[in-house]
Amino acid sequence: MWDYTEKVKQHFLHPKNTGEIANPDLDATVGNITCGDALRLMVKLDSGGRIGNAKFQTFGCASAIASSDALIELIKGKTLEEAQRVTNDDIAAYLGGLPEAKMHCSVMGMEALQKAIAQYRKQPFDLEEEGKIVCKCFGVTDRLIEKVVREHNLHTVEEVTHFTKAGGGCRGCHREIEAIIAKVHGQPSPAPQAKAPAPMTNLQRINRIQEVLAAEVRPLLQADGGDVELVDVDSRRVQVAFRGHCAWCPVSDVTLKGHVQAKLRELVDPEIVVEDVGEHLKNV
Amino acid sequence: MHSRGRLCHKGNREANMSKVIYLDNNATTAVAPEVVDAMMPFLRDLYGNPSSIHTFGGQVARHVERARENMAALLGAEDPGEIIFTSCGTESDNAAIRSALACYPDRRHVVTTRVEHPAVRSVCQWLGQAVPGRPHYRVTELPVDSQGMLNLDEFKAALDDDTALVSVMWANNETGVIFPVDQVGALCRERGVLFHTDAVQAVGKVPMNLAKQPVDMLALSGHKLHAPKGVGALYVRRGTRFAPYIMGGHQENNRRGGTESVPLIVGLGKAAELANQRLDDENTRVRGLRDRLEKGLLTKAPAARLNGHPDYRLPNTTNISFEYVEGEAILLMLNEHGVCASSGSACTTGSLEPSHVLRAMGVPFTAAHGSIRFSLSVYTTPEEIDTVLQVLPPIIRRLREISPFGRDHLSAKALDSRQT
Repeated sequence: MWDYTEKVKQHFLHPKNTGEIANPDLDATVGNITCGDALRLMVKLDSGGRIGNAKFQTFGCASAIASSDALIELIKGKTLEEAQRVTNDDIAAYLGGLPEAKMHCSVMGMEALQKAIAQYRKQPFDLEEEGKIVCKCFGVTDRLIEKVVREHNLHTVEEVTHFTKAGGGCRGCHREIEAIIAKVHGQPSPAPQAKAPAPMTNLQRINRIQEVLAAEVRPLLQADGGDVELVDVDSRRVQVAFRGHCAWCPVSDVTLKGHVQAKLRELVDPEIVVEDVGEHLKNV
Repeated sequence: MHSRGRLCHKGNREANMSKVIYLDNNATTAVAPEVVDAMMPFLRDLYGNPSSIHTFGGQVARHVERARENMAALLGAEDPGEIIFTSCGTESDNAAIRSALACYPDRRHVVTTRVEHPAVRSVCQWLGQAVPGRPHYRVTELPVDSQGMLNLDEFKAALDDDTALVSVMWANNETGVIFPVDQVGALCRERGVLFHTDAVQAVGKVPMNLAKQPVDMLALSGHKLHAPKGVGALYVRRGTRFAPYIMGGHQENNRRGGTESVPLIVGLGKAAELANQRLDDENTRVRGLRDRLEKGLLTKAPAARLNGHPDYRLPNTTNISFEYVEGEAILLMLNEHGVCASSGSACTTGSLEPSHVLRAMGVPFTAAHGSIRFSLSVYTTPEEIDTVLQVLPPIIRRLREISPFGRDHLSAKALDSRQT
């Protein structure tokens, strides 16, 4: 059931600021249709450099549309310097609050605003263009994750997912998100696990690879409906085949290198190269 | 369900509750008035325990048996003794799967599909996880094609001597696609493998004759066929090895412990009797309404597509994707008109990804996010369908006006020009 305030419903059902502006001074889009929501913000400045007219186009759920409308209500009449200080909390507060799992809708509004202003000033948009992508499923950078963790004092991966969607897809980045949370709060990163002693015989290596796949790799994939099977081992070349969800997951190559190979390198041998030799159903 | 959003709520507008157009019957159904009437005596006066030796208690046992006969008749089962009453469909599925594995302890392979309900899917996934202290199972989750259909050759190839159980649903809850249970069951018999089917969506909508169909176990749920929530049943073919899931007393012929929920079982029996009588109506009149709704929406709304095979489908279900708009937004706007449906969009699944069923079918994300399922019942009226056909196309148009995508599809004219 919906847990939306009347204000959210009002701005969703009767948004005041939808539409397009011809020749806008600021025009930025964040998100995309694959991820499930996207917001295009257009702004026309008046002669005094204030936000005279602003419109949005949004693909997304009720709270995404309401957040977009609220954003524009909050920035109208402001200078860009003033507008830049509008936070996602301001958007959520304007709407009388958002369900926790929908906080990312307000963050999307904040991102669109920051991106539009950065582009207008011909500055790099740091939340998107700088830093590295942590969540490949939703294209979320470490910069954005650090920002929300710091500003909202977040402590769990789930909270980060609520605010940014990061970690809500294949879950392959949960360890990285945990490390960012620890870093922001000034705690040491989770200690890396001890490396297996080398050198190993081929037989030992195969056994160890099987153990690591069973104990460390497969449970995580299986929890998401996927799986991976060991096909062959040729010295340090490990051939695997994805099963279940992973077989058609659009980012299975990320899982292959970022999870399977990374785990085997960490726990078996740093020179291991993993190859996917399964039939890829996504291409069929 | 994993868990498609089922959002129907009229907010504070209590006055409009009477105008609810309930097209979410695959989520749950209205309890039939006849069912309520049949149950009342067992809630008020006839509260005895069917296991009691005295007349007051013991007399209710024959009502439980009558319910069992009605359910056996609906399923076309050979013997009412093949019906075990449970608390819900999920319990029935769990009981069937765990029984199969307990009875064939040397086999460590389970075959299922990617589009099962979580009542089956999550159990199978759990079995496939390496957990110290319990056997680890190999789980084959078979894919489906773009219309949600199973490939029987692939199915056959998946069976081996280690296979303990096949669990394939009779009909899919999200798309209504009907699976070839007769062929699946026949292949299982050839290999000597137990076949369980989750028929929660199919019972009461599809004619069944289990006496002649190669099904070993079948799960069903009361609240999907106009009985209350909290009751279900498991069919276990006579001669099938069975190990109880819930142990306790000797109830249900030692196959399910726990004092029988007499009122609910009586209600389920009545619902089975009604469903049997209404099977024709479901497959003619309800199917006709569904077809009218579907054709109307696909014609009136541009860039709309049907999810699931057009023919091999439950008569009451249609799943349509409206591209470039988001399902939760559609549902909330429909809700303003009192129309209840559900969506496979990410925002309504409780996760950030769209429905696993639509993804398994390879429905593009652009369409999966805008999927809406309508599921009708024998209580659905032509006027209700008219209302939906009237209110939904403008909602889609409105949301596309707001959306930065799909602006070429704002009017039916755009569709016409694409078709020519």
